[in-house]
Amino acid sequence: MKHTLANLKRGERGIIKEFSEDNIPLKLLEMGCLPGNEVEVLQIAPFRDPMYLNVNGSYLAIRKEIALLIEIDPLV
Amino acid sequence: MAKQINVALIGNPNTGKTSVFNKLTGLNQKVGNYPGITVEKKEGVCKLPRNLKAHILDLPGTYSLNASSLDENLVIELLLNKSDKDYPDVAVVISDVENLKRNLLLFTQIKDLGIPTILAINMADRMERKGISLDVDLLEEHLKTKVVLVSARKNRGIDDLKEAIINYQHISNEPCVNASVVAPEYFERLRKAFPNQSIYKLWLVITQDVNFGNINRNEITHAKGFITKTETELKRLQHKETILRYQFINGALKDTLKVDANAAKDLRSRLDRILTHKVWGYVIFFGILLLIFQAIYSWSSYPMDLIDETFAHLSEWSKANFPPGVFTNLISEGIIPGIGGIVIFIPQIAFLFFFISILEETGYMSRVVFLMDRVMRKFGLSGKSVVPLVSGTACAIPAVMATRNIENWKERLITILVVPFTTCSARLPVYLIIIALVIPDETFWGFNLQGLTLMLMYFIGFGTAIGSAWILNKFLKIKNRSHFVIEMPNYKLPLGKNIAINVVEKTKAFVFGAGKIILAISIILWVLASYGPGDDFNRAEEIVTVENQPNTQLSKEELDEKIASFKLRNSYIGIMGKGIEPAVAPLGYDWKIGIALISSFAAREVFVGTLATIYSVGSDDEQTIKNRMAAEKNPILGGPLFTFASGISLLLFYAFAMQCMSTLAIVKKETNTWKWPMVQLVGMTAFAYVVSLIAFQVLK
Repeated sequence: MKHTLANLKRGERGIIKEFSEDNIPLKLLEMGCLPGNEVEVLQIAPFRDPMYLNVNGSYLAIRKEIALLIEIDPLV
Repeated sequence: MAKQINVALIGNPNTGKTSVFNKLTGLNQKVGNYPGITVEKKEGVCKLPRNLKAHILDLPGTYSLNASSLDENLVIELLLNKSDKDYPDVAVVISDVENLKRNLLLFTQIKDLGIPTILAINMADRMERKGISLDVDLLEEHLKTKVVLVSARKNRGIDDLKEAIINYQHISNEPCVNASVVAPEYFERLRKAFPNQSIYKLWLVITQDVNFGNINRNEITHAKGFITKTETELKRLQHKETILRYQFINGALKDTLKVDANAAKDLRSRLDRILTHKVWGYVIFFGILLLIFQAIYSWSSYPMDLIDETFAHLSEWSKANFPPGVFTNLISEGIIPGIGGIVIFIPQIAFLFFFISILEETGYMSRVVFLMDRVMRKFGLSGKSVVPLVSGTACAIPAVMATRNIENWKERLITILVVPFTTCSARLPVYLIIIALVIPDETFWGFNLQGLTLMLMYFIGFGTAIGSAWILNKFLKIKNRSHFVIEMPNYKLPLGKNIAINVVEKTKAFVFGAGKIILAISIILWVLASYGPGDDFNRAEEIVTVENQPNTQLSKEELDEKIASFKLRNSYIGIMGKGIEPAVAPLGYDWKIGIALISSFAAREVFVGTLATIYSVGSDDEQTIKNRMAAEKNPILGGPLFTFASGISLLLFYAFAMQCMSTLAIVKKETNTWKWPMVQLVGMTAFAYVVSLIAFQVLK
């Protein structure tokens, strides 16, 4: 099964894999969401959307539709 | 005269850039617009040591030089155009010590343009508390520039920054990153096709969506012997470039920046756990809104009553003390009530912007965006629409402008279209006076009934905005890729000075922007009410006296009143009001309200001023406007004019009708067509008419 950011629960972490999608907005990379970085889900709004993340020290909120595009290796 | 150094302040949002700007320029600043567009232009002058001066331009906040909004385009345009009069001699990139890594992305891009770039690291006072240590000298070496630690909050490092600005000529122009390694062949071809241009500038122009001053994008993409890339290929290269820049930044920070992770476990996570909580987050948000509206309502009523009375006295005094004549009448009946109609708004606008600035300064507004995004999206809006919708409670004009950071055009357009439904401060005086007339001043469960009604009006406005957004979302067919990525900034204590400047600025913008229109209309109305066409108006006295001859019981005063009333009925404005009376009578209004409605199409707030003008012209009784309205009789139904039914009908009309020329103008500017403002004008006003009609007919 493909693991994406959208699968993570509150408090869970993962490592971002190489992007395979072209639809990932550039803005996300600019905000520090880069392959190889660790990401932690800090909070999820009702309906699991949007998600509030800490990526390598950057605090962002993204929508589920984008979270679905970001593959990760979950950390236990 | 000393040479002036052109300085551009650039930085990510939430880095305290504006605080640094305020510290550098003091009150020596002005806010205007860039020519042709509505992006705010903030500039100021900073006195430097050694008799030098710097012209400081505060550019809109941006995360990178890859523009996704109008504000960001402007930053790039300026930095690419050497012939622009504001082109900086030196750029100061403001960054936040806790987000240094991300902030450096923009820094490397600006440095690569060949502009001397100073790095100012703000909020340095927080370093110790956050367990951050930084080797400034080594960082300067890596970045090949001057690095200054500042704290705008604690007023530290500002002099060092000024010193660095003076010595800008010693800063190296050497780039940080060689972007061409992401596609060596492509960049080589680019270099050959345009040997005289900076390669990085060309690259920026190619990847952006706009044309820039002296470099035309089409010219590049259609140049001979140069093969363009598809959008996807370009985007991939931009991804690569961004990764490359982060590699450089990680290298530069590796041995210079140390963060003790344990010290950073802090306020943020504790506050976020509550403020973004599934249940408590919303409860707190609505609690804050309730508090704000109750506060605005109860706090501003004192200064407003005072202003109301002061202007009534002033009008009376001027009439008694100036020599009688047309000019005195103009002053006491036209100009003074007109100015009063502007001044009376100041307390509410100031309070509202006071609260909005606090929410923004503390970082809480981003949490609201996070909480509301999903809910708002159901209606075709974005979490970012919350800020415009909330700002819309002050004035639709800044609110429409605030939609600019919504990247998705469809969400942005819908937000623009529905924002005028939110209860702007111009409606407030109308609401306040009508509520005071028709809603009893009693408490219900500890809440003031009038206050509750006012809050209900805000909810109606907000609800209609949301509901119409939902409908628009169904009907508008616009394709769009959405890029919702927002930063969740750190919580900060708001800076009093920033809030004060913001409140003063917004209030000034209202007084001198909308205020001018209101005053002009008040004077026009006075003229229209004081003059009339034909014999009836000019011979009013004679006609009324003859008519009332058999009725000898009339006192002198009663006769005068009849004359004044007859005059008003036959004045230009009376004729206009009478003309539309058949259309507004089913809503429960008389021709005087009809006149106020007509004038409200220029700006809603004119309503109260208009009635004030009409009534003070109609009678010499110097009572406050409210008492005068309460005494008004309905000409058709008899009984008081302002009943529960007609009051509610009027409230609803003002809630829904599009009655603001300035908003229409700004919507035209932002959407670049007259289509959308016309949709608003016709749609909203027709809706208002129907709802008010139903309300009055059901309630009467």
